Amino acid sequence: MKKEWLTGTPRLWIRAPVPIVFCPGCQHATALKIMCELVDEMGIEGDTILMAGVGCSTMSAMLVDFDAGITAHGRPCDAASAIKRILGGKSVVVTWQGDGDAFAIGTEPTLHAAARGEKITTIMVNNGNYGTTGGQLAPTSIMGQVTTTSPEGRSELQGYPIPVAELLANLRGVAYSARGSFTSSANYQRTKRYMKTALQKQIDNVGYSFVEILATCPPNWGLSPKDSLKWIEEKMIPEFPLGEFKNVDRIT
Amino acid sequence: MDERILVQGNEAVGRGALAADCRAFFGYPITPQNEVIEWFAREFPKHGRIFLQSASETGSINMLTGGAMTGVRAMTSTSSPGWALMQEGLSNLTAAELPCVIVEVQRGWNTTRHAQTTYKSATTGGGFGDYRTIVLAPASIQEIHDLLQLAFYLADKYRNPVVVLSDAILGQMMEPLELKTLDFGPLPDKDWALKGKAGHKDGKKRFTPIAYGMIPTRKYPTLLDFLGAYEKKLKEMEKEVRYDAYQLEDAELILIAFGYVARISQEAMFRMRAKGLKVGMIRPITLWPFPAQIVKEKAATGASFLVVEDNLGQMVDDVKIAVEGRAQIDLVSCLARHLPGEEGAIYPEEVIKKIEHLLKERGK
Repeated sequence: MKKEWLTGTPRLWIRAPVPIVFCPGCQHATALKIMCELVDEMGIEGDTILMAGVGCSTMSAMLVDFDAGITAHGRPCDAASAIKRILGGKSVVVTWQGDGDAFAIGTEPTLHAAARGEKITTIMVNNGNYGTTGGQLAPTSIMGQVTTTSPEGRSELQGYPIPVAELLANLRGVAYSARGSFTSSANYQRTKRYMKTALQKQIDNVGYSFVEILATCPPNWGLSPKDSLKWIEEKMIPEFPLGEFKNVDRIT
Repeated sequence: MDERILVQGNEAVGRGALAADCRAFFGYPITPQNEVIEWFAREFPKHGRIFLQSASETGSINMLTGGAMTGVRAMTSTSSPGWALMQEGLSNLTAAELPCVIVEVQRGWNTTRHAQTTYKSATTGGGFGDYRTIVLAPASIQEIHDLLQLAFYLADKYRNPVVVLSDAILGQMMEPLELKTLDFGPLPDKDWALKGKAGHKDGKKRFTPIAYGMIPTRKYPTLLDFLGAYEKKLKEMEKEVRYDAYQLEDAELILIAFGYVARISQEAMFRMRAKGLKVGMIRPITLWPFPAQIVKEKAATGASFLVVEDNLGQMVDDVKIAVEGRAQIDLVSCLARHLPGEEGAIYPEEVIKKIEHLLKERGK
């Protein structure tokens, strides 16, 4: 493992005295660091606007050193659709969301933005629960997963997890849909490539692009950061397989 | 030269928005304002502007949030059930200090017909926050057009949403409209708007959170910094009172009504005056801020008040606050409608009946 990508702070990560409340071992921050790196590497710092919803994702809007906003819970895709249509041109509009934000309370805006083929990019960090509020059942909690609102483990009582990346890949307006993780160096690099491709689809004006990232949530999972990685590999990936589910250069 | 056309109230919304240089409209179908979104869908693209249909009114208001974040003039319209869905978004728009316009074409209860049932939620901040929005109440097609332009101006002036409260009758009826662009004066730059860093003179990040104060910014490091500033803004907005007054000089009984009911009440007033009875009228154009001062002054002269509104009594509370217990206040509510079904409306005859009863009671 190379040290620089695990410990370095990207140029576009704000060091100002804002409260940084990502928990130890949380990979939401890892995803955001990659985003900052990509915006820098792709030379789109002056054109990028990030829309965060509510949850752990909210902090991302404070931390990135490019234009950003915070919307109502679940509603970044509504706001982002409007922003992109108004600004058009070179603007790159990214929604930064958690799984609850994007696909529980935000199902309508996310699904419809994708169906409309909005030229925006959604990064959905999937940690299988509501992190900020203390680890409740999410639409992506896996079967058997114990959360504070499924204390006996998720069962047919709560119904079944939503495979968001696969679901969105079925929509015609979607140019790109993929799922990655950070469980290994190879997966880290692959996920970064997915995110870059998603941004490129928007820059090329193809359609809606989406990347789901499986990420650890050690405090709410009640696991150490290391065991959390193992949990993703052993429990989450079998439910949510990694890979690209749609990748087209033209919507037909 | 200014053009004169015959249009429906719902179309006047679009004409006014165009005159105000509104750039983006977001909407969802709901009766009785479908002509509004259909007009924007048809006309806005022709003018190089954005029309986007949402998947719900919650969608509309959150698209509007994004639209307003770019600093362009943007708006949405809806009717009462949709208005209810928009309240969270409206709370956020005020908390993010985003200027925009919301047109609420009121319908009543669970009918698709006219009413004035959202007076309270519009004037007291119907969402979760501790906020107010200026509420403009047109009573004619011309006024819908003109107040739309004023709404955008006031929204930009205060960085706060402005609500235009129409209703099903105003929306559906047709009247002549003189198309004209109104100039209300200069406005501050929208230096805060999101464009991407390359779009800003200083090249620095812009940040528009829906939770100023909770999320520290240079402008509002703490929650109380924001609330203090918002309170100052409320005080400024409270000065934007607008109303029409009719024959108040010698009035012993003053009608108070807004929107379509003001047209009916005015007719009742004219008929009373023709009989030599000293009846006047106040028509609030801003429902918030409510024209309390004129009501208070008239109460001090010994006048009494008759509030006419097509609901069970909402504005009447603001009149009570204004008179501070120093005048008699009566109400003609939706229970005085001429028919028991949803097609019923308050007619001048019912208002007249009440006026005559009140004056007789006082031995005049």
